[in-house]
Amino acid sequence: MANGVMTQTQYIPYLAEKGLKSWILTTDHKRIGILYLITISFFFMIAGLTALGMRYELMTPELDFFRTATEYNIAFTLHGSLMVFFFIVPGIAASFGNFLIPLMIGARDVAFPRINLLSFWIYLVGTAILLSALAQPADTGWTFYTPYSIQTGTKVIMITLGVFVLGFSSILTGMNFIVTIHKLRAPGMTWSRLPLFIWASYATAILQLLATPVVGITLLLLIAERAFDIGFFDPAKGGDPILFQNFFWFYSHPAVYIMVIPAFGIISEIIPVFARKPIFGYKAIAYSSFAIAIISFFVWLHHMFVSGISETAAAIFSFLTMLVAIPTAVKVFNWTATLYKGSIDFHSSMLYALSFIVLFTVGGLTGVYLGALAVDVHLHDTYFIVAHMHYVMIGGTVMGFFGALHFWYQKWFGKVFNELIAKIAWFLIFVGFNVTFFPQFFMGFQGMPRRYATYPEEYISYHALSTYGSWILGLGILIMTVNLLIPLWKKGRPESSNPYGSLSLEWQVPSPPPHENFDEIPTVTDWTYAYGKK
Amino acid sequence: MSTWIPESASNLAASVDNITLFVTIVSVFFFVLISAVLVGFSIKYRRKSEDQETAYITHNSVIETIWTIIPTILLMVIFAWGWIAFKELRNPPAEAIEVNVIAKQWLWEFEYFTGKKSLNELFVQQNKPVRLIMRSDDVIHSFFVPQFRVKQDILPGSYQQLWFTPTKVGTFDLLCAEYCGSGHSQMLAKVNVLSPEAFTRWEKGDELEDGASVAAISLSPAERGKELHSQRGCLACHSIDGKEVIGPTFKNLYGKTEKLADGSSVLVDENYIRESIYEPQAKMVEGYPPTMPSFKGILSEDEVTALVEYIKTLK
Repeated sequence: MANGVMTQTQYIPYLAEKGLKSWILTTDHKRIGILYLITISFFFMIAGLTALGMRYELMTPELDFFRTATEYNIAFTLHGSLMVFFFIVPGIAASFGNFLIPLMIGARDVAFPRINLLSFWIYLVGTAILLSALAQPADTGWTFYTPYSIQTGTKVIMITLGVFVLGFSSILTGMNFIVTIHKLRAPGMTWSRLPLFIWASYATAILQLLATPVVGITLLLLIAERAFDIGFFDPAKGGDPILFQNFFWFYSHPAVYIMVIPAFGIISEIIPVFARKPIFGYKAIAYSSFAIAIISFFVWLHHMFVSGISETAAAIFSFLTMLVAIPTAVKVFNWTATLYKGSIDFHSSMLYALSFIVLFTVGGLTGVYLGALAVDVHLHDTYFIVAHMHYVMIGGTVMGFFGALHFWYQKWFGKVFNELIAKIAWFLIFVGFNVTFFPQFFMGFQGMPRRYATYPEEYISYHALSTYGSWILGLGILIMTVNLLIPLWKKGRPESSNPYGSLSLEWQVPSPPPHENFDEIPTVTDWTYAYGKK
Repeated sequence: MSTWIPESASNLAASVDNITLFVTIVSVFFFVLISAVLVGFSIKYRRKSEDQETAYITHNSVIETIWTIIPTILLMVIFAWGWIAFKELRNPPAEAIEVNVIAKQWLWEFEYFTGKKSLNELFVQQNKPVRLIMRSDDVIHSFFVPQFRVKQDILPGSYQQLWFTPTKVGTFDLLCAEYCGSGHSQMLAKVNVLSPEAFTRWEKGDELEDGASVAAISLSPAERGKELHSQRGCLACHSIDGKEVIGPTFKNLYGKTEKLADGSSVLVDENYIRESIYEPQAKMVEGYPPTMPSFKGILSEDEVTALVEYIKTLK
């Protein structure tokens, strides 16, 4: 697809320069991507460990691991807010988005490299504020619902301030990516030839730009309410506790798609390469990301069907929620159909991509239960919700993230990991994940409420099974992490710069890429998915 | 069906379960379809040789239109059905008996139109519709009885309603479903569905002969105290195994000398325990928040005696 082989007169990999300064002052999108990758992985590990602690507690009905219920409540608050705001929202978009967008569109960097570094620094300031809040963490849950978050004796302001600051990083990154995709595409890289990861990143960036300010304002109101006792959300002062929920979900529902749409993009890149097939229904996948992004702004009330909203509002939002399921279903069919008459290689990243399809399908279908009004009344705030959102977030986003790590590993770091161990880790993660979360659907049907430090005896077998699953999942992630870390300390480079035979531009440069990616900006003559074209 | 959905014990459960079943059939069908196709393709088209033939297929408008329309139709059916059943959940019949519900951290109070009150136990009559008029004294709580398939958040500063007709005599768990702080998972109560005769007896005041209290007659005061401790919400804040939850643990409490917030000290004896139940803020032990509500008019003298006897046994 790219015209002409690049003349590598003087190949200096972007990782060549050493020293702290070369990292903290870098404007290279690949290095900034690595900085994000390290930070989000760190928070993923911390939040994952709190999850293991929670699961260990829930193995038995009584309180036996944590000393008080408040400690358990702090644990799920940390787990939720770290995973959501510090790992999965910046997640793929900031790490792989940074690394891949310029490479995939044939650019030397993002449009505003220095603003890109600024985004990362703002992100670090946010995390510093958060880490200082860890000394006295909040117990509100990651949703910070009022009036509890106003009334609780634990410290809420620092953690919300951390999230508030983080928002600016998200907004700037979104803006940077939008401009990059508009202005820096290589000659011939038309909109209809763009890799689907770029389409997905574009849809995500729009959501980041438009939705994030709302959560910023909401958290600012919450901070003002706590610090100055103003009463936006206090009925005694003429405020409304439901107003907070409206504000919060107006951001947090689109945020769900900020988390998952980049993973859609990744799956759309991995499957064609390992099936050696063009992606099936390119336009449908590209447009459905946009359809999802737009509709996602108008479904937030489905988090509040039992909050005391009117029957009409509930009906309208149930209808709109059903609409979001349509483009999502279409994507799943498209990915599956791509395999038809292909030549499928089960590389570890492909295994993650295929498990994404299966697990995300479960996540999507269980979302339909929750969109149906009368069914949601029973299932709301039970473990069914917990299972549903983990099938979307782990089964979807995290599987996409792990798949991306294995797929672009050689390109990004210029090293090779052990493929057999990667497959073993994948197997443990897949099994462990399902053993952990599938029983939670049944627990939810039975009525087990979420956020319970202790629980009635009758749920013990589901909870115990779920805890055993969390150990398998934890072991799998540990093996995967070690397997990906070891090669970084070893010498040597990959034998081929394009081992999987991808047609995408990032694979046409050496691994790891040179500092400014391309010696000469390539000219694109065909679309990214012309696999097997005669 | 009972393995994945709890027993149905209200008039509303059947219609909720029917939609749930429909959604489940649709979901299982699509899940099996996608998984089977995925696994089938993975086996059939696995790479056997490097130069394996592949087809160059980019799209197919007919197939894509079909698989957009079919889910759309199914989703619209599910939406409409869910809405119809939801209307039923939201609109109580005019003849429903009203009960006031007050949710607070971390207990449930019920006020009946006869003037009776009960704590952490709701008494309703079989086959008679009940309308609950609910308010919260502090943060958001949520009324949830899985067997009835009903749930409604309870807000401070406004009334929220919920209704159901209990169809089966028995005792059902009432759970708080909206996170409300340290005692959230202990904010449990019982719904006692009584037969018409038993309900009349209960209304007349013969509490001991009814529902959950029926077993209490033959119990010693300490045993009754143990029941009360879990039923009346004490457990949410006062553990019996030495763990500090919100208030002091009851283990080894009796006979101990406690330091009070004002610097003086007090011996924990029968009178101090009684006073702390009726007037919790009269003598606050140092280091605990003044959050306990008064149980005056809620726990009788007999019940307080039973609790005192129970606390004495916790060594």
